[in-house]
Amino acid sequence: MLNEAAVKELNEIRQKYPNARAALLPALYIAQREFGHLSPEAYEAVSEILGVPKAIARGVATFYVMYKHKPMGRNIVQLCTNVSCMILGAEKLVDFLKNKHGLEPGGTTSDGRFSMVIMECIGACGTAPAMLVNDDFYENLTEKYIEEILGKYK
Amino acid sequence: MGKVLLKNIENPDSADINEYKKAGGYSNLPKALEKQPKEIIEEVKKAGLRGRGGAGFPVAMKWTFASADPKFPKYLLCNADEGEPGTFKDRPILEKNPHLLIEGMAISGYALGAEYGYIYLRGEYPEAKNILNRAIKQANDNGFLGDNILGKGIKFHLAVHQGAGAYICGEETALIESLEGDKGQPRIKPPFPVNVGVFAKPTVVNNVETLSNLPYIIEIGGDAYSKIGTPDCPGPKLYCVSGHVEKPGVYELPMGTILRDIIYTHCGGIKGGRKLKAVIPGGATTPILPPDKIDCPMDFVNMPKHGSMLGSGAVIVMDESVCLVKVCYRILKFLEHESCGKCTPCREGTGWLRSILGRVEGGEGMEGDIDLMLSVSGNMMGKTFCPLGDGAASVVQNFIKHFRPEFEEHIKNAKCRFK
Repeated sequence: MLNEAAVKELNEIRQKYPNARAALLPALYIAQREFGHLSPEAYEAVSEILGVPKAIARGVATFYVMYKHKPMGRNIVQLCTNVSCMILGAEKLVDFLKNKHGLEPGGTTSDGRFSMVIMECIGACGTAPAMLVNDDFYENLTEKYIEEILGKYK
Repeated sequence: MGKVLLKNIENPDSADINEYKKAGGYSNLPKALEKQPKEIIEEVKKAGLRGRGGAGFPVAMKWTFASADPKFPKYLLCNADEGEPGTFKDRPILEKNPHLLIEGMAISGYALGAEYGYIYLRGEYPEAKNILNRAIKQANDNGFLGDNILGKGIKFHLAVHQGAGAYICGEETALIESLEGDKGQPRIKPPFPVNVGVFAKPTVVNNVETLSNLPYIIEIGGDAYSKIGTPDCPGPKLYCVSGHVEKPGVYELPMGTILRDIIYTHCGGIKGGRKLKAVIPGGATTPILPPDKIDCPMDFVNMPKHGSMLGSGAVIVMDESVCLVKVCYRILKFLEHESCGKCTPCREGTGWLRSILGRVEGGEGMEGDIDLMLSVSGNMMGKTFCPLGDGAASVVQNFIKHFRPEFEEHIKNAKCRFK
């Protein structure tokens, strides 16, 4: 079950829409935050509050890449490798994260500190290569800068 | 002309309502509310404003359709899902100038008779979400949004709806599906959103940059606005330049600025003085141009005459170190991933094109692969539900049209010399 504060938050968001179904995307975000990923319990909670069948909720969630369907590390490294980042060396950074930190695209480090996801264009093309760690933007990346950044996340 | 869309963004507190007001902000909403809604639409028509999301559709025409529909309530949606690779033009408005967008939406909502608005914001902009939510609260507290705007009894409520990482949701009917809590798969048209949009009500979907032009159109009037830029395509335009230029970034310039000038004058030319190899002028899915074809005015009307499109104004500049087969492969890999799967030519076509490009790039291309790709893309073009499939076909066709020898070389030598 979602805790009381999360239920309250969801009910407030629900008021922004003319029907409950429209609140599904934000509800999935809240459930993901509370349960760590979209587990069966997470779908159960969303379904119960919004009255949307679990199968529908799951069908919608799996369409979007930012919903997580398995347990993730404490921090999510989201590196862009699309054209503008690629031509400025993003693929070398993918290799660097793999070789130096054991971070593979789609994988999680054994200590659970980091998960890594390859992103499709995060809108930081003028300061490429770029990534998000959780909700924080980092731009003009180099191997040295990535070392510094990762040190900030425990 | 001073900056309109990027005005005051050097100010570190530019996103705050007081700083926006100090810079003249929220002075045009009261002026707009003095006019009849029809008069505002007339001003937008005179201004010649075209949608800045990529299609360049005349804004006043869209508004007139929605406004004439007798169904209520009407909805105004702001498309802030900029996901076209290379595009980062709306981000400075969302993060540094959110009140300009909100004022533009309040004016537009009044003109349309829309009482509800949503900003459909891409999931990849978490910072913008917090900034917009704070700005909307400030605007409500100051009477610029809500049930009784500026005491005039006019109602317009605004909320942020966060997407979750799907490029296709930039397509307006997919965006509507996503806002309704569904998978972002495009709808068949007609009916058009202006008649049957979100929650089956008349809906206008406009891009962030488009709506942010409204306060200025009210300020100087449609006639004066129409004198900026090119006659068929007036106004200021945000060009976002990335890749191998000395000074990448977002530039506000008059619509129709020559592509060569954007690259060499405004962005300081090619990085390290190296040689230009190719430019993608309007985001990853617009047709690529070779160096001798960049003397073109960057607007919606002129770019097609020069073999490309303005798209989102996302200029990706590539120097001679870049393997274009690889770039083409990367774009198709992206489009395969983002194809919503609803229609067969796109779902299958993007996968096959990615697969063939992958083997050519990897040195395992076969004789006939180039013609095979042209055949596959020919079978996609014009046969897909939405522009994603057309875009994929067009990318491959234009890369081959301008750079065929590079593809042939990969196949003949069975390797990529850029590795």
